Amino acid sequence: MHIVVCIKQVPDSAQIRVHPVTNTIMRQGVPTIINPYDLFALEAALALRDQHGGEVTVLTMGPPSAADSLRKALTFGADRAVLLTDRFFAGADTLATTYALATAIRKIGETFGAPDLVFTGKQTIDGDTAQVGPGVAKRLGLLQLTYVAKISALDLDNKTIEAERRSEGGVQILQTRLPCLITMLEATNEIRRGGMADALRAARAEVVTWSAKDAGVEDITKCGLRGSPTIVKRVFAPQARAEKATMVDFSDTPPADALIAELFKRQPKLETELATLARGY
Amino acid sequence: MSEPTKAPAASAGSRAATKKELPEHFKSYKHVWVFIEQERGQVHPVSWELMGAGRKLADKLNVELAAVVIGPEGESTAQAAAEAFCYGADLAYMVADPLLTDYRNEAYTKALTDVVNTYQPEILLLGATTLGRDLAGSVATTLLTGLTADCTELDVDTDGSLAATRPTFGGSLLCTIYTLNYRPQMATVRPRVMPMPERVEHPVGRIITHPLGLVEDDIVTKVLSFLPDRDSAKSNLAFADVVVAGGLGLGSPENFQLVRQLASVLGAEYGCSRPLVQKGWVTSDRQIGQTGKTIRPKLYIAAGISGAIQHRVGVEGSDLIVAINTDKNAPIFEFAHVGIVTDAIRLLPALTEAFRARLSPHSRDRIAS
Amino acid sequence: MIEEKFDAIVVGAGMAGNAATLTLAQRGLKVLQLERGEYSGSKNVQGAILYADMLEKLVPDFREDAPLERHLVEQRFWMMDDNSHVGLHYRSEEFNEEKPNRYTIIRAQFDKWFSSKVKEAGATVLCETTVTELIQDAYGRVIGVRTDRAGGQIHADVVVLAEGVNGLLGTRAELRPRPKPENVALAVKEMHFLPRETIEARFNLKGDEGVVIEAAGTISRGMTGMGFIYANKECVSLGIGCLVSDFQKTGETPYGLLERFKSHPSVAPLIEGSEVKEYAAHLIPEGGFKAIPQLYGEGWVVVGDAAQLNNAIHREGSNLAMTSGRIAAEAIFQIKSRREPMTAKNLALYKAMLDESFVMKDMKKYKDMPALMHINSQNFFLTYPQLVSKAMQNFVRVDGTPKVEKEKRSLRAFVEARSWLGLFGDAFRIARAWR
Ligand SMILES: Cc1cc2nc3c(=O)[nH]c(=O)nc-3n(C[C@H](O)[C@H](O)[C@H](O)COP(=O)(O)OP(=O)(O)OC[C@H]3O[C@@H](n4cnc5c(N)ncnc54)[C@H](O)[C@@H]3O)c2cc1C
Ligand SMILES: Cc1cc2nc3c(=O)[nH]c(=O)nc-3n(C[C@H](O)[C@H](O)[C@H](O)COP(=O)(O)OP(=O)(O)OC[C@H]3O[C@@H](n4cnc5c(N)ncnc54)[C@H](O)[C@@H]3O)c2cc1C
Ligand SMILES: Nc1ncnc2c1ncn2[C@@H]1O[C@H](COP(=O)(O)O)[C@@H](O)[C@H]1O
Repeated sequence: MHIVVCIKQVPDSAQIRVHPVTNTIMRQGVPTIINPYDLFALEAALALRDQHGGEVTVLTMGPPSAADSLRKALTFGADRAVLLTDRFFAGADTLATTYALATAIRKIGETFGAPDLVFTGKQTIDGDTAQVGPGVAKRLGLLQLTYVAKISALDLDNKTIEAERRSEGGVQILQTRLPCLITMLEATNEIRRGGMADALRAARAEVVTWSAKDAGVEDITKCGLRGSPTIVKRVFAPQARAEKATMVDFSDTPPADALIAELFKRQPKLETELATLARGY
Repeated sequence: MSEPTKAPAASAGSRAATKKELPEHFKSYKHVWVFIEQERGQVHPVSWELMGAGRKLADKLNVELAAVVIGPEGESTAQAAAEAFCYGADLAYMVADPLLTDYRNEAYTKALTDVVNTYQPEILLLGATTLGRDLAGSVATTLLTGLTADCTELDVDTDGSLAATRPTFGGSLLCTIYTLNYRPQMATVRPRVMPMPERVEHPVGRIITHPLGLVEDDIVTKVLSFLPDRDSAKSNLAFADVVVAGGLGLGSPENFQLVRQLASVLGAEYGCSRPLVQKGWVTSDRQIGQTGKTIRPKLYIAAGISGAIQHRVGVEGSDLIVAINTDKNAPIFEFAHVGIVTDAIRLLPALTEAFRARLSPHSRDRIAS
Repeated sequence: MIEEKFDAIVVGAGMAGNAATLTLAQRGLKVLQLERGEYSGSKNVQGAILYADMLEKLVPDFREDAPLERHLVEQRFWMMDDNSHVGLHYRSEEFNEEKPNRYTIIRAQFDKWFSSKVKEAGATVLCETTVTELIQDAYGRVIGVRTDRAGGQIHADVVVLAEGVNGLLGTRAELRPRPKPENVALAVKEMHFLPRETIEARFNLKGDEGVVIEAAGTISRGMTGMGFIYANKECVSLGIGCLVSDFQKTGETPYGLLERFKSHPSVAPLIEGSEVKEYAAHLIPEGGFKAIPQLYGEGWVVVGDAAQLNNAIHREGSNLAMTSGRIAAEAIFQIKSRREPMTAKNLALYKAMLDESFVMKDMKKYKDMPALMHINSQNFFLTYPQLVSKAMQNFVRVDGTPKVEKEKRSLRAFVEARSWLGLFGDAFRIARAWR
């Protein structure tokens, strides 16, 4: 069995700062991490490999430094890493990203064996669209299972897979045919810690690095900025609210009473609304 | 969507310059569409919220607003179309087929792509739900058009193009995205981000039906079963009128009970910040914020939550935000309406008692008698 | 267990560890470096100033791609009391030279770059791997390490301990004693982000010029310690450190000190309106020459902060770390070239080479300084700064008092506070320690 897992290197959004005056992003020293959602996809793939045998290839499209993330994925136990890097890929939106990734997955199939499964995370924390997975599936003509919480059965002989998919209001149990693409839901597993042998292997492994040409991209205008139908026209910081919070003074009333008094003073209707609600329970 | 990481300021100029005249074959694309999401016979409220937003865009563009209703043949789908008129639709496109009873990507993608290709809208809006995102990604890729996900604001620019604004970098910035040379311009919006428009009784208008054109054998994926969320455990956080939430400041899972107790007295839903989910104190469906739920209650009480940007973006739409925090400089006081600097672990029980006394003054007597 | 054996294992990817690993790899040795942090530099805290000379010896053309912030053209020393500072500033256009001598850096970025050079040289670098124990044979010889990864025992001819000031491996294996509280300072540091132009305006800089402010006085509340402010490109590093033993004695908190330092009227305007990121605390070895432990043994050497190689008076640490790491590696290479075993007897070469370098010479020169500062901390860090400040104010303020009277008053204040004998004693002691 061959599984391809798409991972993305993202800036740790908790550490991004916006310049207080110019409203531009201050990137100095912002560390990068593997998109946290992708780790759930990677672990799901590794677990399937351990169970059924086969190989896991991790794939990322990004700058040369994204090799760090791939190497980390190898430390966790992935078998092979492919970095798709080229200036033509820069500035890609989801549509252009899916084109590049789909092309590379086809090439991976030709070079290392056709994948039975492709995994992506549910979404990224920078792009945050949750669209790349479905887009890649569409481009490769793969069936797609999004928001998967659990893979309940995999039958390699009959090429079928059964999975639990989170949907609005409940869980769908779906069955479909391989090859397919799965976007994995968060908090469904915990990434393993690779052993010393994996760590040593990862530290020395070659990351397969492909340019657009190497990956077999035929139409460069479908990549990066040029291949992106959407454009970002304006980036700006959220407006600060002018009004400051009213701070409750409780120097001479018990704090709870002081707070409630302030609330009902501010919104006189609130008391009846709350009373109605409270009675409902 | 495009990634503004690549050079936000510079790209604005250089990329705008790439704008060309809209290709001829897209010029016939007209009108604003909203995909009406149903699952198991229920219309997801986000669809009506989008009708409100769609109406404004259509009026600005001076075009029609259409609802796209896809679902099983029968009462519920017809009812959804009828409702759409009460929420402002000028017409409705309907694909009704037994094969569409359960949501399946293949069938729904085919249905929606076909109507788009046939009737050619210039704007197509979907809810950013699990269903909406699953569908939007496939449809946009099939149509090879742009898609802006998770918008918080939709507007029409002077030249008539859709200006879709969304948070980026975990909410620390906003960006406005355009789909210039492609149609339709697609966008998804998360539930509770747009206000719910008023429902006005309205007779059913024009309905255009379109066939699905598939047989069951064409659809590979089968739904083996559906497990609805157990009602007791299911959180109704996103739609609650009152929400009480706790953060790391509570210090322990035991203290989180104080939040639940206050919520129960108020008839409120309870929620939390992300670290509590990560620590396993609270289940993930209770998380509020960028990677959790967006809420818009009348009253939001946050206890021991610092107010990080990722939390802030999920609660900003609340009518009245109350923050309880020991640190008078906590960022939450920058967007709360009412703040109190005190120990939440001591205040919460007192608040629970005070509300109990105030809201149902006889409850004690009853217990006593 | 891993079958593979290495020529050397280096524990730690700080300045000392990176220098050692780089040198070993450049000389063709098979070397494994283990770091517990997510990447080299992720756990490292430093002001930070980089001394070009020591890095040039390792990476001659480092200026081409190392992430350097600003080169220093100005040094300020401030003696502070609660509301004032008396300053000595040295600024020279000569520091705007082609190959500047000192730079401000951000360690997290710099170490990452340094680590990339280490990898390019051919070393195997494993991060997120904590060495939990040294493996010793029946004779007490160090023959490898145990780590927290599954199957994580690895053997090597020699282990280079570059584990930093807290170095638990060496102390646990009883290769050296735990550092005493009076020999380590606890420093806390913050990064204050500001627009580039604002920093340049506030610090009187242009282009990539940088400035360092070192501050002592009542900010340390009578404890032995110093504050520092470094201008980087888009942020100001600011911190303060005092001896751990003094914190224990006074009950002061490092955070409290830092808050006071930041709100000092001389400091606050420099960082006003900034966004704070990265609050960090770290220990600095300050015991000086007398606190240096045994530096080598059977199958091991110790370098950098772990060896207490730090010059507190000149606030030099990373250059001593780099140099000791490089010298240890060169010694190991020489022994290896002679095909001799890594015994204590052979590894004594490291100590001999270090004694000949500036590292040990500087350490020796200031050998009495720590004790002096320590015994007299009340005078140096409370009494004198206040007196000097009063005297300066007296001197500068124009209020109709005759100048002769003013001078007398200042002098009287000094004498009253410390007595003539005390003053001479202090001056004499400083001079002797410095000599
Ligand atoms: C990609 C990404 C996505 C994220 N998504 C979300 C998200 O969806 N939702 C979310 O919430 N976070 C999210 N976060 C995390 C977010 O950045 C913050 O880390 C988190 O919100 C902080 O939670 P907190 O306020 O509970 O904890 P802290 O920041 O630790 O704050 C605790 C607060 O409690 C106060 N306090 C302490 N003791 C008491 C007491 N006795 N009484 C009263 N107050 C007290 C403290 O002063 C402090 O302000 C995300 C982060 C990332 C990187
Ligand atoms: C606030 C502050 C400001 C300073 N300013 C300056 C300055 O301006 N100029 C200057 O020259 N010096 C300065 N110094 C001193 C300088 O930072 C140190 O002397 C230098 O970093 C020492 O390098 P090192 O490699 O010995 O130790 P470290 O840099 O501490 O590196 C030790 C490494 O070993 C790793 N490690 C430890 N134990 C294990 C284990 N068991 N397994 C795996 N890995 C392990 C750690 O994670 C760490 O990365 C400053 C120090 C501080 C705290
Ligand atoms: N540049 C990329 N390289 C590899 N995988 C990616 C890339 N961008 C997105 N993905 C994958 O697509 C998923 C969804 O991304 P997004 O649509 O950006 O939220 C991620 O979780 C990744 O698995």
